[in-house]
Amino acid sequence: MKTQTIAAISTAMSDSGIGIVRMSGDEAFTIVDKIYEGKNGKRLSSQKSHTIHYGFIRDENELVDEVLVMIMKGPHSYTGEDTVEVNCHGGVYLVKRVLEIMIENGARPAEPGEFTKRAFLNGRIDLSQAEAVGDLIASQNEYALKSSIGQLKGNVKSKISDIRNKIIYHTAFIETALDDPEHISVDGYGEELRETVVELLSEIKALLSTCNDGRIIKEGIKTVIVGKPNAGKSSLLNVLVGEERAIVTEVAGTTRDILEEHINLQGISLNILDTAGIRETDDIVERIGVNKAILHADEADLIIYVMDASAPLDENDEQILKMIYGKPVIILLNKSDLDMMISRENVIDAYYAINPSKNESDQSKEIQVIEVSAKNQYGIDKFENIVKDMFFEGNLSFNNEIYITNVRHKAALQDARNSLQKVIESIDSKMPEDFYSIDLLDAYESLGNITGDTMGEDLINEIFSKFCMGK
Amino acid sequence: MKYSANSVWENKDEYDIAVIGAGHAGCEAALASARLGFQTIVFTVCVDSIALMPCNPNIGGSSKGHLVREIDALGGEMGKVIDQTFIQSKMLNKSKGPAVHSLRAQADKLHYSRTMRQVLESQERLEIKQAEVVNIITEDKKVTGVQTYSGAVYRCRAVILCTGTYLKARCVYGDVSQNTGPNGLQAANYLTECLKDLGIKMYRFKTGTPARIDRNTVDFSKMEEQFGDERIVPFSFTTASEDIQIDQVSCWLTYTNNRTHEIIRKNLDRSPLYSGMIEGTGPRYCPSIEDKVVKFADKDRHQVFIEPEGLETNEMYIGGMSSSLPEDVQYDMYRTVPGLEHVKIVRNAYAIEYDCIDARQLKPSLEFRAVEGLFSGGQFNGSSGYEEAAAQGLVAGINASRMLQGTEPLIIDRSQAYIGVLIDDLVTKESHEPYRMMTSRAEYRLLLRQDNADRRLTKIGYEIGLIEEKRYKRFLLKERWIADEIDRLNHTHIGVNEKVQDLLSTYDSTLLNSGTTLAELIRRPELSYEILKPIDKGRPIMPKDLLDEVIEQVNISIKYEGYIRRQEKQVEQFKKLEKKKIPANINYDEVKSLRIEAVQKLKEYRPVSIGQASRISGVSPADISVLLVYLNA
Repeated sequence: MKTQTIAAISTAMSDSGIGIVRMSGDEAFTIVDKIYEGKNGKRLSSQKSHTIHYGFIRDENELVDEVLVMIMKGPHSYTGEDTVEVNCHGGVYLVKRVLEIMIENGARPAEPGEFTKRAFLNGRIDLSQAEAVGDLIASQNEYALKSSIGQLKGNVKSKISDIRNKIIYHTAFIETALDDPEHISVDGYGEELRETVVELLSEIKALLSTCNDGRIIKEGIKTVIVGKPNAGKSSLLNVLVGEERAIVTEVAGTTRDILEEHINLQGISLNILDTAGIRETDDIVERIGVNKAILHADEADLIIYVMDASAPLDENDEQILKMIYGKPVIILLNKSDLDMMISRENVIDAYYAINPSKNESDQSKEIQVIEVSAKNQYGIDKFENIVKDMFFEGNLSFNNEIYITNVRHKAALQDARNSLQKVIESIDSKMPEDFYSIDLLDAYESLGNITGDTMGEDLINEIFSKFCMGK
Repeated sequence: MKYSANSVWENKDEYDIAVIGAGHAGCEAALASARLGFQTIVFTVCVDSIALMPCNPNIGGSSKGHLVREIDALGGEMGKVIDQTFIQSKMLNKSKGPAVHSLRAQADKLHYSRTMRQVLESQERLEIKQAEVVNIITEDKKVTGVQTYSGAVYRCRAVILCTGTYLKARCVYGDVSQNTGPNGLQAANYLTECLKDLGIKMYRFKTGTPARIDRNTVDFSKMEEQFGDERIVPFSFTTASEDIQIDQVSCWLTYTNNRTHEIIRKNLDRSPLYSGMIEGTGPRYCPSIEDKVVKFADKDRHQVFIEPEGLETNEMYIGGMSSSLPEDVQYDMYRTVPGLEHVKIVRNAYAIEYDCIDARQLKPSLEFRAVEGLFSGGQFNGSSGYEEAAAQGLVAGINASRMLQGTEPLIIDRSQAYIGVLIDDLVTKESHEPYRMMTSRAEYRLLLRQDNADRRLTKIGYEIGLIEEKRYKRFLLKERWIADEIDRLNHTHIGVNEKVQDLLSTYDSTLLNSGTTLAELIRRPELSYEILKPIDKGRPIMPKDLLDEVIEQVNISIKYEGYIRRQEKQVEQFKKLEKKKIPANINYDEVKSLRIEAVQKLKEYRPVSIGQASRISGVSPADISVLLVYLNA
């Protein structure tokens, strides 16, 4: 039986020196022959197993990277299948490019943990080993990549910027007083500063605690699929998961409890809960399911509202639209392959009619409505992209908290925390005020490493813009 | 204005170095050049204005005091002259850490100027000439002489530009505009064109000064008297403190009020800054009273310091109220201030505009990249302040001399001195206002203290040739005493006995549970070297003239050891990048993956080291990595 050939980046996406892209499956050698150019022109598929070869990866005529390729023939490989490992130069861009070339030439991206799964299925490792490796792999989602190349957006960035702004303000005050002592006095400022620093420390510690939160890796973003019965919630989940997991029938109200699936969508871990359709019902069992669905929706980080586009809006829709107000939501007009009774505009109008906005900033927040068809998988790409954008722009968070997953960011936060603790020590041991700014500025710089901001003339500019100097 | 000579006359006397301008930069430059053995001529538009202080009547202040001490440690003159001519002295920030202690003295302006002039006049190989220089003569982009307004040509091998605020100067208040330098002195109107022809990029900066008033018309009973320090500390390491414990004069503190601010607001449209007669923004650290009132509208009063300009004049300086408002508004405005109700203005406040350069055209040696042998220093380089000017003048003078000696230029880095920070900032960072020194600009300020300027720089001054043998020997002796004492204190154990505990309890210090060292006790904030004398039996007898200085260094070194070590580690990191030199002939276009902006900036600045490159705005850490990889490849 032929298995699909899978490929993935198997080293952490960081600025490490070497990146390894691994490919496993029956086509692995065929694909590598298409993209690899050796010194002596020999094809890798004709080489001995467990050998390493020096050459280039090319994309059509363009040489992409200088690489070492290791080939292992099944069953004597980690997965038990034909396996190729390309050692390329590290750096996010190159590694990703090599992976893309493999995919263009016939491999498909591996699901998280899929190599391990295959190894397990082929009898190469036992279950407990597979679980351990899987956890590790599951953490290597694209988010780490994004943040490591400084594309950090949204919540984390604004949170850290807030902290930095406070630090620079207080430092600037101290410095102004030191530079112009006859106009501005900093005597007794330690008390006031101490309070601020204690607050900042607790904010940094909160950020740090999210680093240690293994849940984000295992659980992902809590995503709840809601909708009326038979809108196609379960079909959609099946499309996303790629397996027939939820029971899909033509009978409305089939899903009476909550189904849970973990998926990696474009590198973002989503923990998806499929819920019972929400409607007024007399069936006791279904009623319990509906209540649970409402409860879960309330706690969700992201709500996917599946609508049946082939049926008109009714009071059940109104109830759901009310329920999702103000939450991160994507509305899917499913069954767009059938004759559509409602359009995007109808839904947006209905949303604002039911939820009159309280202020203008609410109005400007666009709600996402897209047409999809779970049946023929239309619109799924667009849906995935929207989820990804929401996440990276900070409109999506985990358990309503922001979190830090990047190792370097974590180290920078720890440095900032240590520096601020030194400020407290200096205040408590009654050191002169000029010593505070040394550690305050260290903290400022450490935090800047996360957001990619350098100190530059920040302090001088803050001094002049916020405080009046004499002469 | 373009200069064209009516008649040309070649002066046959031989000169090595010509210094243009005899302000604070020019004086230091000329003295350094002559002292290092070069025949030097210094030009000034008016001999009576040598070392003039056209703005505030003080030397030093936060971070500027550091500069004066550094100038002194390198063998400059400013510290010695102010020690002879101050009329009040204060150590600022005394309650703060030693890094921000800063000496500030009120000067007798006239006395200062006269004293500095005498130093110049009595310096061998130094000639003073009253003339406006209009041309820098070059051959193959190399300096060969200068020409004055009369047409006279002076041949020389290096030129140091120290023109201050005189180039195409214009003084303005209200709708009155005069093409003069400060204090109504003659402006230098021709040199700019010549510099432009040499390919030098010019800026136009502006600054301002408050009015001078007649002491007899001031009611001091409505002001707070500001005294000098009880014990005066000299600027120069060569001045003995017992020689300068003089009777000091006072300054006076008063405040503006809502009436003042109302008058200013009502007349803002008549200010040349707001009406557009002067363009651009003024220096942010030295705002005019108009700026303060507009920018900090919520403040209902600003401090005003009334400072004497000297002992032999009635003029006083109104610190904190510089302005370019019209004359009538100046009277109205100043007269709202308590104590100034009937004040008579001797000299009006004014704003001044002048030509200066974009200092990024200079090498860190202060030589122009475009013209060999052409150096510059002071306000001409886009700085402000007497002390900043003097520091640059000294370095320019040293480096012009070293060029003629054929030795490597003196480049002081950011970890060695405020002078290093000052020059590095000037030649590396883009600036849109006159640059003022500030302690917050020095990233290693715990090391760059005013108290240890000699320990940082005297050796350099000696090697250059500006510190005489006797002074250097004394310095070495001091160093040895400091090292020996610190070592002794670290190794002197103190047992738990009644005498020790009694002493500790006298100073509210925690009693000992077990033995410790003297150094450990000195680390306690409430204790010091002096306090521990009764329990320090092995204390040696030091030379009397060194005692205070050694004790100060011992106290600071021990008390702040932890912080000092940390900064020293940072300096090590910094030095690594400074040491990675970038070849002068590097072709940035060849460096792959550099961002376009970075390539442009690097081509423009041509940094000498990776460290300097990393401080250029527009060059990112990623660009630096790329550059490092390229250089290592």
